[in-house]
Amino acid sequence: MNVPYRWLREYTDVNVEPKKFAHEMNMTGTETTGFTRVADTIKNVVVGLIEKIESHPNADKLVVCSVNIGKSENIRIVTAAKNMKEGDLVPVALDGSVLASGKEIRTGDLRGVTSYGMFCSVEELGLSVNDFPGSVADGLLILNNGACDFNGAPGDDICKALSLDDTVFIVDIVTNRPDCLSIIGVAREAACTFRRPFAVKKPSYTTGGGNVSDYLSVSVEDSQLCPRYMARVVKDIKIAPSPLWLVEKLRDCGVRAINNIVDITNYVMLEYGQPMHAFDYECVGGGKITVRRAAEGEKMNTLDGQERSLDSDTLVIADAVKPIAVAGVMGGENSEIKPETTTIVFESANFFAPSVRKTSKKLGLRTESSARFEKGLDPLLAKEALDRACELICMLGAGTVVDGTVDINNAPSVIKTVPFEYDWINAYLNITASKEEMTDILERLGMKVENGVITVPSFRSDIENKYDIAEEIAKFYGYDRIEPLFFKADVKSGGYTKEQKFEIRLGEALRAAGLDEIMTYSFVSPKGFDKIRLAQDAPERNALKIKNPLGEDTSIMRTTALPSMLEVLARNYNFRNPSAYLYEIATVYIKNADETKLPDEKKVICAGFYGEKGDFYTMKGIVESVLTAMNTKECEFVACTDNPSYHPGRAAKIVADGKTIGVFGQIHPLAAKNYGINDELYAAEIPFDALFEATAPEKTFTPLPKFPAVTRDLALICKDETTSGEIEKKIRALAGPCLEKIEIFDVYKGAQVAFGHKSIAYALVLRSDEKTLGESDIETIMTNIINGLEKDGISLRR
Amino acid sequence: MELNIKEQLEQIRATAKDRLAQIGSSEELENLKVKLLGKKGELTNVLSQMGKLPPEMRPAVGQAANEVRSFIEEKIKTAKQQLEERELLRKLENEKLDVTLPGKAHRTGKKHPCSVVLDEVKDAFISMGFTVASGPEVEYDYYNFEALNIPKYHPARDTQDTFYFTDDILLRTQTSSVQIRTMEKIKPPIRVIAPGRVYRIDEVDATHSPIFHQIEGLVVDKGITMSHLKGSLDIIAKKLFGESIKTRIRPDYFPFTEPSAEISISCFKCGGEGCKFCKGEGWIEIGGAGMVNPKVLELLGIDTNEYSGFAFGMGLERLVLRRYNIDDIRMLFENDVRFLESL
Repeated sequence: MNVPYRWLREYTDVNVEPKKFAHEMNMTGTETTGFTRVADTIKNVVVGLIEKIESHPNADKLVVCSVNIGKSENIRIVTAAKNMKEGDLVPVALDGSVLASGKEIRTGDLRGVTSYGMFCSVEELGLSVNDFPGSVADGLLILNNGACDFNGAPGDDICKALSLDDTVFIVDIVTNRPDCLSIIGVAREAACTFRRPFAVKKPSYTTGGGNVSDYLSVSVEDSQLCPRYMARVVKDIKIAPSPLWLVEKLRDCGVRAINNIVDITNYVMLEYGQPMHAFDYECVGGGKITVRRAAEGEKMNTLDGQERSLDSDTLVIADAVKPIAVAGVMGGENSEIKPETTTIVFESANFFAPSVRKTSKKLGLRTESSARFEKGLDPLLAKEALDRACELICMLGAGTVVDGTVDINNAPSVIKTVPFEYDWINAYLNITASKEEMTDILERLGMKVENGVITVPSFRSDIENKYDIAEEIAKFYGYDRIEPLFFKADVKSGGYTKEQKFEIRLGEALRAAGLDEIMTYSFVSPKGFDKIRLAQDAPERNALKIKNPLGEDTSIMRTTALPSMLEVLARNYNFRNPSAYLYEIATVYIKNADETKLPDEKKVICAGFYGEKGDFYTMKGIVESVLTAMNTKECEFVACTDNPSYHPGRAAKIVADGKTIGVFGQIHPLAAKNYGINDELYAAEIPFDALFEATAPEKTFTPLPKFPAVTRDLALICKDETTSGEIEKKIRALAGPCLEKIEIFDVYKGAQVAFGHKSIAYALVLRSDEKTLGESDIETIMTNIINGLEKDGISLRR
Repeated sequence: MELNIKEQLEQIRATAKDRLAQIGSSEELENLKVKLLGKKGELTNVLSQMGKLPPEMRPAVGQAANEVRSFIEEKIKTAKQQLEERELLRKLENEKLDVTLPGKAHRTGKKHPCSVVLDEVKDAFISMGFTVASGPEVEYDYYNFEALNIPKYHPARDTQDTFYFTDDILLRTQTSSVQIRTMEKIKPPIRVIAPGRVYRIDEVDATHSPIFHQIEGLVVDKGITMSHLKGSLDIIAKKLFGESIKTRIRPDYFPFTEPSAEISISCFKCGGEGCKFCKGEGWIEIGGAGMVNPKVLELLGIDTNEYSGFAFGMGLERLVLRRYNIDDIRMLFENDVRFLESL
């Protein structure tokens, strides 16, 4: 919201540097994000009187003007403009001047005649045609154009003459302070901030006879949605542009001037924070106003020319037959003020905030009016605003106020009081403000403090209890005067839980395995399910859908982390990064069968990579190192042929205690292709809970071996389909307790072995706890293994 | 005869010195040693003539011979040491490497920058006896809004445009929901932080993301005052950004705190002077805070005559972007390895 300093000072005599003003207001809760002053940009532009216009000796399209700029001698300006005549006052940019755009103007030669400056249009002064009545877009700004009351004289600085020399503050008002969505409200805060006097003059005006009831009858059908409705009739309306002082204030607030009547409603809204509306009385059918809910599907055109379809939640202002305004949001085209309007109805009402908010949202129509109503306005404000509007009518001579006011007031008139507990306030804030200082602050804010009781003014809907009072005191006493202290408290056993510690270690293990951590969106595209080739009836497809997503690509909550990982791998691949080794501890959201219940949010460890010649065994190595680091129970790796996202021959399930705790392997080439990758991608998925539960008991120390170990190599020939896992299991069983370790050191397929067979070579480490193994002990063990394997068709390679 | 042997010994001693000086390698030295002291060496050769001497002269000659032997042995030892030193130097010289060639890397992954900062924040609070709480991201309207004193159609909901699943279930817009869940579960004294993802309808651009992280903090205890809020924020800021950081709070509005405050810290680039980084303000806003609104405490059955508390919330991404001088929030979610590995 814009707050012109000059306007604010009509209520309080605060007069500090703008920078200080902004800072102090920020510190007392009126966020002032900045300020502007047009006069700081426009330089050396003055009012000029065109005394003589002569033709240019060398150019038909130019004329030469003699211009009085308040000096002893006139200056010469050459111009191509057409819309001026002798005797006109115009803005003149002198030699060395700067325009609103930052453009500099210098004396120059125009077809052989020297021009000592330039005449200006509204745009060149940074204004629009609404900012100066009677001005045109494509020509000079004629200051004495008869449409307004300009009274500057030749030589006056244009910024002064058009009041462009004021500072305009930009403030952001918090949502619980609708009273501050007004110049008066901000002025009150400023007056309290700087401890200056504050006063608002009570509006006074004269009425011109008649009676409102002769013109208008009003009924309010829904008093909950419209606690108060006030109206007055003004006759003998003379529609005209507003005087310059009013236009200039609207301009500084960023509001377009339209005509005196509309301008008055806007002026009062800016000044008091109470939105108003003016109807053309001729268009209020039957002289009857009904405040009612719209009929389902009822239609009307709002002032912005849009047709609106209404429903029964929408409150409208209607005449005898049709809606003429959407209550608190926008007026109707059908009752708009027109140049020929002669009688008007001023509306000043109070509408139920949630209803206005709902309507404004539904219609997608936010206005200055709805922005105020939806925050909850003071019903008493309606009267003050209506009086002020009538006062302005008289000041501007815009019409005659008819006697009598319509006032349908169903607003409960409760006088709010809060006990004044200054000792408690001091303790709560840990400050030492005197009772007098607190009283002074509260009174400046419009509260009455009497006999230990604070009476809260009706415009402060935000104040309900002693905590709210404490906040007001804190704000104006100064947050920066509160001493920072660390709280004293009993020692508490804080720290991470077992699970949190596990997650921290898990991250360390994944990074130690060479993976970078990534962070991806938790809402994803449903297309991801097809891309990772999930079956049509896969449970993962049953995902939570966002009702109002940003787009299809972010419309469901993920049930699997794999698509997120593959997308990131694909993105890196497309960036031509030669490799990417990544992990995420991602949350997935498993829909609850009962849709009124929250989903199950579970963490999944997802790893993925491509490049650097990484293969299945690279991923297996990563998985194994993580399992080891996390002290997971002994795991088995079982070929996984049925996961549609993975290569059927290059994927494995991780099995601990007979339970599958994860899967990893090469991503199915078709899935990879779905992500635009013609290369091998690898991934692993391990649910966090499964891994956590598979943690082995903490290891204890076993004495180091006393006797030496011996190593024996064992090269075997077996059928292709026999897995190393099976053989290893057999060897372990056959070798007995002396087998300490078994490692593969070679796998061979090719000419040296029979077709359909392969050779696997193992290194066995044998050791006894009781003695040094002798040659015969070793022989016995080895023979046992070889003979045993032989029975299962696995023979020694010779 | 005696004289002759003595002369010979003397000659061996005299020439040994010169001959040793000319030695260039361990091998030469070994050869010389054998030549002088070996079984068929010069000294042995001289001593073999001892038998021809009269017995009374033998001790004196024998002593002289031993002296020569010791002398030579000593010299050889010294020469050997010098030789070894020279040879070592030569060897080291030959082994010289180009230290600017790249190291043999063991690939270690990087933490995401958001995790780096979040972990620091968590550790800072943990060190002060806090615990880390969490709550669901898909949340009931009640926890995200209603219980936080933000009823339906409250204008404060406007600043937090919300993703919905049903009229009642939504993606939380603030981690403040965890405040309520925590107070439901545990009774004061309470000291928790709750970091997590939050969601708001925002078009994606350099400064906006529909998903981001907040870190919520909550303290409820006897005698908690506004001073404690200020002091705690101050300590945290110092722990995270350094001892010279100053904290400033100024009034703001949140429905669930009263009084409410906006938290800023002095710019860690310019120290408060005002620079490009802090847009000339000298201060950087990092979050919101306030004394827990008694309405919230009472709703959860906490006696406000006995207990009071403060709460605060900070945006994680904002801290991360500032710290690493990243100018586009999208980088954090893009996960380009060049970005991840550069920090």
